[in-house]
Amino acid sequence: MAKQRAPDAAGRADKPGEDALLAGLRAGRDEAYEQLVRGYGGRMLAVARRLLGDGEDARDAVQEAFSSAFRSIDRFEGHARLSTWLHRIVVNAALMKLRTRRRKPEEPLDDLLPAFLADGHRIDPGGPWQPAEALEHREVRELVRRSIDRLPESYRTVLLLRDIEELETAEVAEMLGIGPGVVKTRLHRARQALRGLLDPELREGGAAARSTRAVKP
Amino acid sequence: MSQPTLTCREFIDFIMGWLDGELEPAVRRSFAEHLDMCPDCVDYLDSYQRTVALGKAAWDAPGDAPVPDEVPEQLVQAVLAARRRA
Repeated sequence: MAKQRAPDAAGRADKPGEDALLAGLRAGRDEAYEQLVRGYGGRMLAVARRLLGDGEDARDAVQEAFSSAFRSIDRFEGHARLSTWLHRIVVNAALMKLRTRRRKPEEPLDDLLPAFLADGHRIDPGGPWQPAEALEHREVRELVRRSIDRLPESYRTVLLLRDIEELETAEVAEMLGIGPGVVKTRLHRARQALRGLLDPELREGGAAARSTRAVKP
Repeated sequence: MSQPTLTCREFIDFIMGWLDGELEPAVRRSFAEHLDMCPDCVDYLDSYQRTVALGKAAWDAPGDAPVPDEVPEQLVQAVLAARRRA
């Protein structure tokens, strides 16, 4: 998956390791299935939680993703990495869940976008943000996650899929059943809205500067 | 000093195209001219790019909840049990 492409020590296999695992899966070996779930399940759960939150839905999405992967393992051709293939499957499973959810009340996106005067200048230019190193705090990461969660669902989903899950525009368009142009427009507006939510906190002299000044990263 | 050929509103509309290298040459020139003349838009572009970077980093840090590297045992067993039943 996008954030786990490199091999690591947590059981996610490199390419030769993946080939051996795939052979085991195709042969129906129980231990290969267990290795797959243990090796990839944690990161798949993280993806599902980004889209669905920490509740039961995220675990259900991972279970459904594995069921779907097990059913179609014979059709996996090995052109993509196993991790990339599983990433798309869990994203699709999470999107299915999102579609069936009752919508929560949302802030109108326009309220979060920059406002302009008739001559095209911004009404509140604000000013520069604090230096990047001042924002490398756990509190700022939490603020960003909370702010992403405040975006209207259709914008939050596109931002997560493009910027955080690092899927291509065409893939996101296909997954969501919308045109690539719509994906681009929504992404740009989602980024602007997220920037608008962060701005009061992260601009020079903003709240995050005051609350994190004494906190170590 | 000449007037920028783009307004700030238009500049902001073109930011993603600029970052993705997708602007037509004439628009790219106008964008660059505006950037040279408008400190507010310099700040806006910087904060836009940092918003994208902060989004990418928001789930990255190890030790931060909720980023499980390990899959809960209960989930492993549920997935494997479902396979046995299938």
